[in-house]
Amino acid sequence: MVIVGTGGQGLITLLQIIGQAALIEGWEVRTSELHGLSQRGGSVEVHARFGENIFSPLVLPGGADLILGLEAGEVLGALTYGNPKTKFLVNKLILPIPGTEIAEEKILKLLKKSIKNLTLIEATKICEEKLKNPVVAGVYLLSFASFKKFLPLSPQSVQKAIKKVIPEKYLELNLKAFNLAK
Amino acid sequence: MVLLGNEAIARGALEAGVDFVSTYPGTPASEIGDTFFKIKNQILKFKKDFHFEYSTNEKVALEAALGASFCGKKSLVAMKHFGLNVCSDALIPALYTGVRGALVLVVADDVSCFSSAQSEQNSRAFSYLAHLPTLEPSDPQEGKDFTKLAFEISQKFKIPVMIRTTTRVSHQRSLVQTSAFKLQSSKKGIFIKDPHRLVTMPPRVLEMKRELLSKIEKIKKFVDKSKANRLEPGSGFLGVITSGICYLYLKEIQTELNLNLPILKLGFFYPRPEKKIKNFIKNLKKVLVAEELEPYLEREIKILAKESNPNLQIFGKNLLSQVGELKPQDLILALSKVLQISAIAPKCRTLKKKKRLPRLCPGCPYWLVFSAIKKAVDPKKVIFGGDIGCYMLFGLPPLKIQDFLSCMGSSVGIAHGIKKSTDQKLITFIGDSTFFHAGIPALINTVFNQSNPLIIVLDNRTTAMTGHQPHPGAPIPANGIKIEEIVKACKVKNLKVIDPQNQKEMILTIKEFIKKPEVSVIVARHPCKFVK
Repeated sequence: MVIVGTGGQGLITLLQIIGQAALIEGWEVRTSELHGLSQRGGSVEVHARFGENIFSPLVLPGGADLILGLEAGEVLGALTYGNPKTKFLVNKLILPIPGTEIAEEKILKLLKKSIKNLTLIEATKICEEKLKNPVVAGVYLLSFASFKKFLPLSPQSVQKAIKKVIPEKYLELNLKAFNLAK
Repeated sequence: MVLLGNEAIARGALEAGVDFVSTYPGTPASEIGDTFFKIKNQILKFKKDFHFEYSTNEKVALEAALGASFCGKKSLVAMKHFGLNVCSDALIPALYTGVRGALVLVVADDVSCFSSAQSEQNSRAFSYLAHLPTLEPSDPQEGKDFTKLAFEISQKFKIPVMIRTTTRVSHQRSLVQTSAFKLQSSKKGIFIKDPHRLVTMPPRVLEMKRELLSKIEKIKKFVDKSKANRLEPGSGFLGVITSGICYLYLKEIQTELNLNLPILKLGFFYPRPEKKIKNFIKNLKKVLVAEELEPYLEREIKILAKESNPNLQIFGKNLLSQVGELKPQDLILALSKVLQISAIAPKCRTLKKKKRLPRLCPGCPYWLVFSAIKKAVDPKKVIFGGDIGCYMLFGLPPLKIQDFLSCMGSSVGIAHGIKKSTDQKLITFIGDSTFFHAGIPALINTVFNQSNPLIIVLDNRTTAMTGHQPHPGAPIPANGIKIEEIVKACKVKNLKVIDPQNQKEMILTIKEFIKKPEVSVIVARHPCKFVK
């Protein structure tokens, strides 16, 4: 699977959760992430692969089973990893790019036109309203994918992984986001 | 357990019984040091003589590790690729003197420059320059195993050994089989006087070079037998020689395309397992050398093929780019060409997307410095010098005030040369950690050789870009080193420490200092919003 978003949205934390959950399920797992400069609000694309005989941490073009979009505009750049069967689970959030005008409607229309299996959910809005914290939108989205069987990681495994990965200080908030996605 | 490549390297060092760790942070190597920083106190409970430090720069980090190894300690030093350039002056003689305990150097290259300005560097060149035994892991498991092996070689042959990784290895997470290890204090370090070995004065130095070369010959024999270089048999006339991340891509492609090519997977980059390579290519018609960046390996294969298989067709950089990282799809295309099969191009579409560039975080104190500059001067009429850190983002929209950018500390060094050559106004930026790293000699030079740039030290009390590591000026210990005291000691007359929240004073001082006939320094001090 491929996860796209912008620096600061917690993509690396999601990879840690996925890695742990895949381990619990007994899969081989490899992920690839980026740190540093790219984390300062820029476009970020990370990869996670699990299953049997997994060698490359990177997904081949057309090779993704699931694409998780934490920001809708960023998903346009990830279409290359999709094939007609790929599921797209996308946060209905469009962040501004300074100095450019972004036509929200245009992006959403383009996504709907280009993607067959598109699920748009307002993860950020829901987390903001119910938990007063938009940062856990990613955990909400991943949990949603697990509950709706978009990926072969059971909710129990994802929950266990969250408990293992998230520091105690933020654990309650993240578990709430997990439960919210039921 | 699932570990990040860099965490696995730290684990390998612990399993090998590391005593001394020094580093300067830099993406993609930072998490090696950060892992030790996090668990330092836990280690100290059981191993009282353990030492971890963030050094002021990579040269000092290597020198410290070398000193520890002179006393019989096992030391690890970690850095990003440019750090290797900084420490190279200490590195090359370190191979001549050798070590007494062990010294393992981890260098992480940022192929594709995801988080690196400056250049796309292939640090494997240093293996030749310094005669530095070098291992290249493909994944976290090998990161751990090769680090242990590197300690073994270093201890056995009394020589520094390098682990060279790339972003896709250092920042890859996967399952690692770990071994139990016991934390216990090693014998107290002892420096045994031995100037014959540790002093590189001529004419002895040439003798030392001969000794080094004969050491490398011995290591070659060890390397030829090592399991770190692995032959994976297959069928057909085409074989692949590869190392690092490309090995994983090849394995994936073999499965994907149902191929069964023989693969020679090299764990050692230097010295080369010549016998193994010659044996591998002896009966092949074609070989593909799958490596990223410059064709160092390919050149070696060409030389060895002359002896063992002169008719061998060698493919490599004629099909694979020297610029940017290789992706699995690049190797599919290359293999299709060599095998003369039509590439299985996956049917996928691409859409153009507006590139989202990184920018300073909302609430970053550097925004305040920027806004004062805009009010104090006409940016079109001033030259702006950049340096390495978050403030590199001054070069991107919406700010766009960066007219040159090179390496750590160079903003001040280059500014001096410019101000000696032109009367144009100039403001140059340097971060707090960067100032300590390489800014101080350049500042002294502007005073000694009399030029008048306006230097703004952006002091956000941390090494922010790489993950908020401490540096000599922050957090201030009881006898902390204050940047302004260093600047004062360098006899800079025009000096002010200003919190950029005080916009009025910032603006007035910039206006005043930029006209001065001597060098001026403003320390713009306000903590990064992520620092408590």
